[in-house]
Amino acid sequence: MRPGRRAVLQGLAAGGAALWAPAVLGQGTARVVVVGGGFGGAACARALRRRDVAVTLVEPEERFTACPFSNEVIAGLRDLDSQRFGYDGLRREGVEIVHRSAVAVDARYRRVRLDDGTELVYDRLVLAPGIELRFDALPGYDQAAAEAMPHAWKAGEQTLLLRRQLEAMPDGGVVAIAAPANPFRCPPGPYERASLIAHYLKAQKPRSKLIVLDAKDAFSKQRLFQAAWGALYPGLLEWVPLSSGGRVTEVDAATRTLVTEFGSHRADVANVIPPQRAGAIARAAGVADQTGWCPIDPVTFESRLQPGIHVIGDAAIAGAMPKSAFAANGQAQVCAAAVAGLLRGEAPVEQKLVNTCYSLVAPGYGISVAGVYRPADGLLREVEGAGGTSPLDAPPEVRELEARYAEAWFGTITGSVFG
Amino acid sequence: MTAHRVLAGAAVLATLAALAAAAPAAAQPSGAASCAGCHAAAGPVPGLEGRPAAEIAASMAAFRSGERPATVMDRIAKGFSDDETRAIAEWLAARDGGEHAARP
Repeated sequence: MRPGRRAVLQGLAAGGAALWAPAVLGQGTARVVVVGGGFGGAACARALRRRDVAVTLVEPEERFTACPFSNEVIAGLRDLDSQRFGYDGLRREGVEIVHRSAVAVDARYRRVRLDDGTELVYDRLVLAPGIELRFDALPGYDQAAAEAMPHAWKAGEQTLLLRRQLEAMPDGGVVAIAAPANPFRCPPGPYERASLIAHYLKAQKPRSKLIVLDAKDAFSKQRLFQAAWGALYPGLLEWVPLSSGGRVTEVDAATRTLVTEFGSHRADVANVIPPQRAGAIARAAGVADQTGWCPIDPVTFESRLQPGIHVIGDAAIAGAMPKSAFAANGQAQVCAAAVAGLLRGEAPVEQKLVNTCYSLVAPGYGISVAGVYRPADGLLREVEGAGGTSPLDAPPEVRELEARYAEAWFGTITGSVFG
Repeated sequence: MTAHRVLAGAAVLATLAALAAAAPAAAQPSGAASCAGCHAAAGPVPGLEGRPAAEIAASMAAFRSGERPATVMDRIAKGFSDDETRAIAEWLAARDGGEHAARP
């Protein structure tokens, strides 16, 4: 930490409130604090810095572990190290990084408290806390249960744990994936994961079975996934929708049993993706509503609940925009422009946003969904006539190209955010 | 290829010339924030910064009409009007395609 470059204030009395009057950009004192160093937060910190705003990024981890492509790690197609990115690139551009957790926000006096008691003063705060897994939402599934039935929905040790369990499973075993109801991080993620695990099983443990127990009747890129499953993994991968009793209502970690409305499934490997909500700091800051997510203005990403605090990425309620890394990065750019403008006293400008999201159903077989969004009626709405999924009847060359573009996208976005 | 044919419209060029004469430090136009999510100087998805505005606008028009085959750009191009596309193209063209490409 470099306290000299940061407005660090400890134990300041409220009487100092006059000190917290928003600074004006150009006078060299405006400071933005960004909480969360993922695709949204790191991109926003960088974009603000490039607009000559002083930025402190608060992120407890020294290295970020990316979720996109972590399903390939689970399937043994990729190393976890290729998912990890440090913050030197941001440091080089003058973003101040504090490897601490933000634990509280005083919106009135514009201060963020860190877990070591330090307080950071901000003129505007950007929260990009991602998701928190709800260990109170699915009976039997708590943090301890996740050691037996990994979620692997935050990439890292959990990703490796699921990988090891698949490797240790004998041929002929049963793998179960419990997929949550909407909304959740990475809507096509459970189905890409099912595809790539099926790819692994087909090659290495062909007598095994994979069952997806789903709390939904429909999912992202569904027709494309199902067509690919029928072609590549017949008899191996079974999807059980909500209406067929797919919703998991309880789990027992000791026996790796998933209980649904219609029965129970005992698995050799159980991947439980539990319900989610915005990261904990969102609640502490008072920007999450009763849904657990954060309502925002679709032009500035400023919270509808707390002025001066912006929320981007998975934690935000972004209307039709899915919770994806691509979306978080785009929101980060738009939010950075809005924040820099607001600090200069400029009126925010409406911006369209794009999402592009690739999934792999097998190596060399990629599919995508895209959308264009615009602020409307206080939300981000899809622009009609645009977006949609890859064609159902695309030839293998197109699937191959989309697999290449997926990989290229990952290199590009991680390079631009962290490189 | 086909992209060059499409951009032949003199009106497009005239508008682009007018835009080019305008203040260079224009604000990031609507939608432009998302391009760099995929487009970079290295790799199979071509970088756009520093490319001629007319070429970018023409490509988008050809993606939108379906004249130019695409995997995903046809779906994205349909979300932008001609005016929006031109503004994005002009903004991208004015940027340095080098190491500091992402500077506003």
